[in-house]
Amino acid sequence: VFCCCAGAGQDVGRSCILVSIAGKNVMLDCGMHMGYNDDRRFPDFSYITQNGRLTDFLDCVIISHFHLDHCGALPYFSEMVGYDGPIYMTHPTKAICPILLEDYRKITVDKKGETNFFTSQMIKDCMKKVVAVHLHQTVQVDEELEIKAYYAGHVLGAAMFQIKVGCESVVYTGDYNMTPDRHLGAAWIDKCRPDLLISESTYATTIRDSKRCRERDFLKKVHETVERGGKVLIPVFALGRAQELCILLETFWERMNLKAPIYFSTGLTEKANHYYKLFITWTNQKIRKTFVQRNMFEFKHIKAFDRAFADNPGPMVVFATPGMLHAGQSLQIFRKWAGNEKNMVIMPGYCVQGTVGHKILSGQRKLEMEGRQILEVKMQVEYMSFSAHADAKGIMQLIRQAEPRNVLLVHGEAKKMEFLKQKIEQEFHVSCYMPANGETTTILTNPCIPVDISLGLLKRETAIGPLPDAKKPKLMHGTLLMKDNSFRLVSPEQALKELGLAEHQLRFTCRVHIQEPRKEHEAVLRVYNHLKGVLKDYSVQHLPDGSITVESILIQVTAHSEDQGTKVLLVSWTYQDEELGSYLTSLLKKGLPQSTP
Amino acid sequence: FFQYCLSGHPTLPCNVLKFKSTTIMLDCGLDMTSTLNFLPLPLVQSPRLAKLPGWVLKDGSTFLDKELKECSGHVFVDSVPEFCLPETELLDLSTVDVILISNYHCMMALPYITEYTGFTGTVYATEPTVQIGRLLMEELVNSIERVPKAQSASMWKNKEVQRLLPAPLKDAVEVSMWRKCYSMPEVNAALSKIQLVGYSQKIELFGAVQVTPLSSGYALGSSNWIIQSHYEKVSYVSGSSLLTTHPQPMDQASLKNSDVLILTGLTQIPTANPDGMVGEFCSNLAMTVRNGGNVLVPCYPSGVIYDLLECLYQYIDSAGLSNVPFYFISPVANSSLEFSQIFAEWLCHNKQTKVYLPEPPFPHAELIQTNKLKHYPSIHGDFSNDFKQPCVVFTGHPSLRFGDVVHFMELWGKSSLNTVIFTEPDFSYLDALAPYQPLAMKCVYCPIDTRLNFIQVSKLLKEVQPLHVVCPEQYSQPPPTQCHRTDLMVDCQPPAMSYRRAEVLALPYKRRYEKIEIMPDLADSLVPLEIKPGISLATVSAVLHTKDNKHVLQLPPKPPQAPASKKRKRVSDDVPECKSLKPLLSGSIPVDQFVQTLEKHGFSDVKVEDTAKGHIVLLQEAETLIQLEEDSTHIICDNDEPLRVKLRDLVLKFLQKF
Repeated sequence: VFCCCAGAGQDVGRSCILVSIAGKNVMLDCGMHMGYNDDRRFPDFSYITQNGRLTDFLDCVIISHFHLDHCGALPYFSEMVGYDGPIYMTHPTKAICPILLEDYRKITVDKKGETNFFTSQMIKDCMKKVVAVHLHQTVQVDEELEIKAYYAGHVLGAAMFQIKVGCESVVYTGDYNMTPDRHLGAAWIDKCRPDLLISESTYATTIRDSKRCRERDFLKKVHETVERGGKVLIPVFALGRAQELCILLETFWERMNLKAPIYFSTGLTEKANHYYKLFITWTNQKIRKTFVQRNMFEFKHIKAFDRAFADNPGPMVVFATPGMLHAGQSLQIFRKWAGNEKNMVIMPGYCVQGTVGHKILSGQRKLEMEGRQILEVKMQVEYMSFSAHADAKGIMQLIRQAEPRNVLLVHGEAKKMEFLKQKIEQEFHVSCYMPANGETTTILTNPCIPVDISLGLLKRETAIGPLPDAKKPKLMHGTLLMKDNSFRLVSPEQALKELGLAEHQLRFTCRVHIQEPRKEHEAVLRVYNHLKGVLKDYSVQHLPDGSITVESILIQVTAHSEDQGTKVLLVSWTYQDEELGSYLTSLLKKGLPQSTP
Repeated sequence: FFQYCLSGHPTLPCNVLKFKSTTIMLDCGLDMTSTLNFLPLPLVQSPRLAKLPGWVLKDGSTFLDKELKECSGHVFVDSVPEFCLPETELLDLSTVDVILISNYHCMMALPYITEYTGFTGTVYATEPTVQIGRLLMEELVNSIERVPKAQSASMWKNKEVQRLLPAPLKDAVEVSMWRKCYSMPEVNAALSKIQLVGYSQKIELFGAVQVTPLSSGYALGSSNWIIQSHYEKVSYVSGSSLLTTHPQPMDQASLKNSDVLILTGLTQIPTANPDGMVGEFCSNLAMTVRNGGNVLVPCYPSGVIYDLLECLYQYIDSAGLSNVPFYFISPVANSSLEFSQIFAEWLCHNKQTKVYLPEPPFPHAELIQTNKLKHYPSIHGDFSNDFKQPCVVFTGHPSLRFGDVVHFMELWGKSSLNTVIFTEPDFSYLDALAPYQPLAMKCVYCPIDTRLNFIQVSKLLKEVQPLHVVCPEQYSQPPPTQCHRTDLMVDCQPPAMSYRRAEVLALPYKRRYEKIEIMPDLADSLVPLEIKPGISLATVSAVLHTKDNKHVLQLPPKPPQAPASKKRKRVSDDVPECKSLKPLLSGSIPVDQFVQTLEKHGFSDVKVEDTAKGHIVLLQEAETLIQLEEDSTHIICDNDEPLRVKLRDLVLKFLQKF
């Protein structure tokens, strides 16, 4: 297995990993980087093929979930660079992904006026190449390559993927969450023992306190701000944490009977919630169970936001997109409200380096905006980790579940990864890698070779032995026929027959001289008794014609033509009985015991 | 490989397959046609039913008149309706390892099996199957439990008594096995044993068998099943449809290369075209309503009703029915309508595309929003306030023996303005109507059965080419009422093997191979030899490990070095332990080259004599002779082991080992 990160190597954002397994090439995710606005925002695809066609090189592309750092470069990749092969994602991802791409395109092209970017039509054409997959469905990409999706919990429709060729396999987690939250379930995988587990590691060093505390903290801060008449801005991505926090605030408002308005920016609101209603089977148990009585995504207290509302007096809570304050409405509102210390901005998720979100979280209070304008941030800045990523505990838990032979960390910061890497190697005694972008990791697998064994041979071998003990391993002998890539293990006889060959019999006959003065038939009897005494486990027989058999070995006793006191034993065996035959001659050569018992 | 057939109903199958070392139950259908022998359970006291006369034997004895009532020449059991269970005596059902469910109609006997037979295994079904199956069971339990009936008739079941009864009671099979409906706790217990699966998911059973559900195109989440090991493949086709309705289309390709294909759940109305029936349904409905009458549609709460509502959605405005109220009455009506909208992944392509927009996949969402379709849990409560006539009512149960439909039959039966339209094919409409006779109401029979017909079956079989076909006996001959219609039976080569209730069928089957894995270190040690162009072989001596039905070959352990023992070992200690496994030999020995080789190895007195079949090579000094023939070599020598071994190895150089 070769694995190479075109993005997300020791970095968060621009996830794009190339895996080569048993000759099959699979690209995992095709994300953009939120921190850049130039060429660096997309993965460098020329690196993959070295000028060849992507379609020829890649067997398939898999998208783990709809976040833009996992699918943002997809139309660029498929339509502008050029890829016509299959792209796999789950149904909700397929439904939501084009909407976010279009949104992203609008911000980039229409608002920032960039050219040379993908168009709406390209997004549509790109989505035509997408094949939707069910959870746990085994998708046969071609004869050898199969993929299977597992529930990842991170956002609606997020999935982990198992990629399998023969008995070699890789699991790519995408982003995942090991603890169920208010609207999604926890990630789950079976003990599939992949050769390599590629795991995200956004929160490699964090072990988060209980979710309940975080939620209480969040509600307290929002409540306090609203009470003193301040405005709360919560930058979110339209789908994902937004719904989680909406459910949280909705229930809180209901319980506390609060009146301050809650808004959700952008036209996506209603649409986004509608996706959650229609894909309710992807949410957690509780929501699924009660949706007929009360659909959790029909909010009573949360209204659509209008741009003009930002200047309204009095308290309010606004969810605005995008989540890292790097563009769009959230940034606009932020600029309006930043100057007032009564207000508050709550960053509920991770912010990529270079974004305004990242800057204010790292304590910067004077921001240089477009046109050299300086924005002074007086409002309170709070960070609360509500991203549904697995924390260190969760990552370890997943490794325990899947039992991989190797682990590779991506989608995290180098320093934190290093720490986690050591922990994984210590606890699980498996190799752990953390390649940088462009670095290739090679993992040697030791695949078993599956062959077809003829039932006759298998049954025969299991029947040998005095007591057929199914548990006890048995020695078996067969012939492996290799023909046009098919491997069949058959009995030697069948192999000969199938090849149209005759058996060549190799027989030995040895003359053994022993001192034995007695008459011929008495001598025979003595030999017989002697053998019977020594070879207790063997079938020794005295035949009517005077010869003796030990299993299939034939012994004849004749008198020596010249010396009556010497008898000649003719021991005759085939090559298949070589060991016993050879043993018998040496045994008989030692002569018969002096007295018969 | 055996198949135990526990149900005689071809569309409500229940078979048990013994496949390799596993016991797999295929479907768990409940034959509800038995309820047709019972009187309807009215929700509201019905004077007409109460006044029906007791049945009197020909000799005038009246001992059965409490149990049996007569209505228009038919005799009905006045008792809680009972169902005909799958056979439970044919084999010990506690040995069943897994139950595979193909669609929600075929799981209605599940509580009887999982709760009363000692079953400890797992049930596999898709999520829509389970959710909608639960709704069907809930409706069934609800509609029987809310009409408590004091009387439970059992005298008539006595074999001696049953003999005296008129048909069809006289001919009813296994009446002693008929059981009352289960309860909700039993339903919940049964459903808790189900594990959800998705289409094309490969499920390993004990390492020996793999089962996979495939889309069957008949209903939401309906599936056919592949049961296979590495070398045997049984396809179980049950309730499949090639028509484009709402479910995901049928996966035919994956059924290819089956050794055995079990075919059940074909259309029950092979002569009717579902599309034509839908058209007739709409026009009859419109005509009745225009004339001021009401329309009653006895139906299940899920399935065809979605398609009917979709048709009506397109039809009502053009037919001028916009102001006619449509009522859907069932304890699970709301759930059914809601659930239908959340299974995007199990729907046909068109409906999936709608969800991506995002819009609800079924237009009944809009019918509800615009108040054209209203749903109620029962006729009591809100419904009685909103009820306006003329109207259209969808309600169950299609057998007309229980559920809200009984009320509407009593209410509307007397007027010829009203129409009852039968769309569900599971019950004979004449039998269903019998306890309501005489009836003034119009009756229209538009059975909509989208399952495969015989033309589609023969096309399917040609396409997927199974080696053997197994089907219920009903499919291996024309229907009894249409003996000349030889086109109404399964036609394939070799002819299908047929089964009937309580029969055990041996499946024609020969396994020849099994999968085994060769460990990498053993594989490395093998020395392949090219025997013919493209064919190589290697002899393998290895240790066979078998665990969880998986076989692995490992490198045999190195023979332990005999420790230098202090005591001299006795001769018998050296007896070879196991029968050593020497390979077979093949090839022939060219005498000239053999002699040259001998000479090269220091034998100077080699003499060759020709014989009839070959040659004899003599080593004079060693008093040894070697007979060389085409397919055999015989070395005859004195007891000189080093010499013999040397000669043996020289001979082996010319031969190939197997």
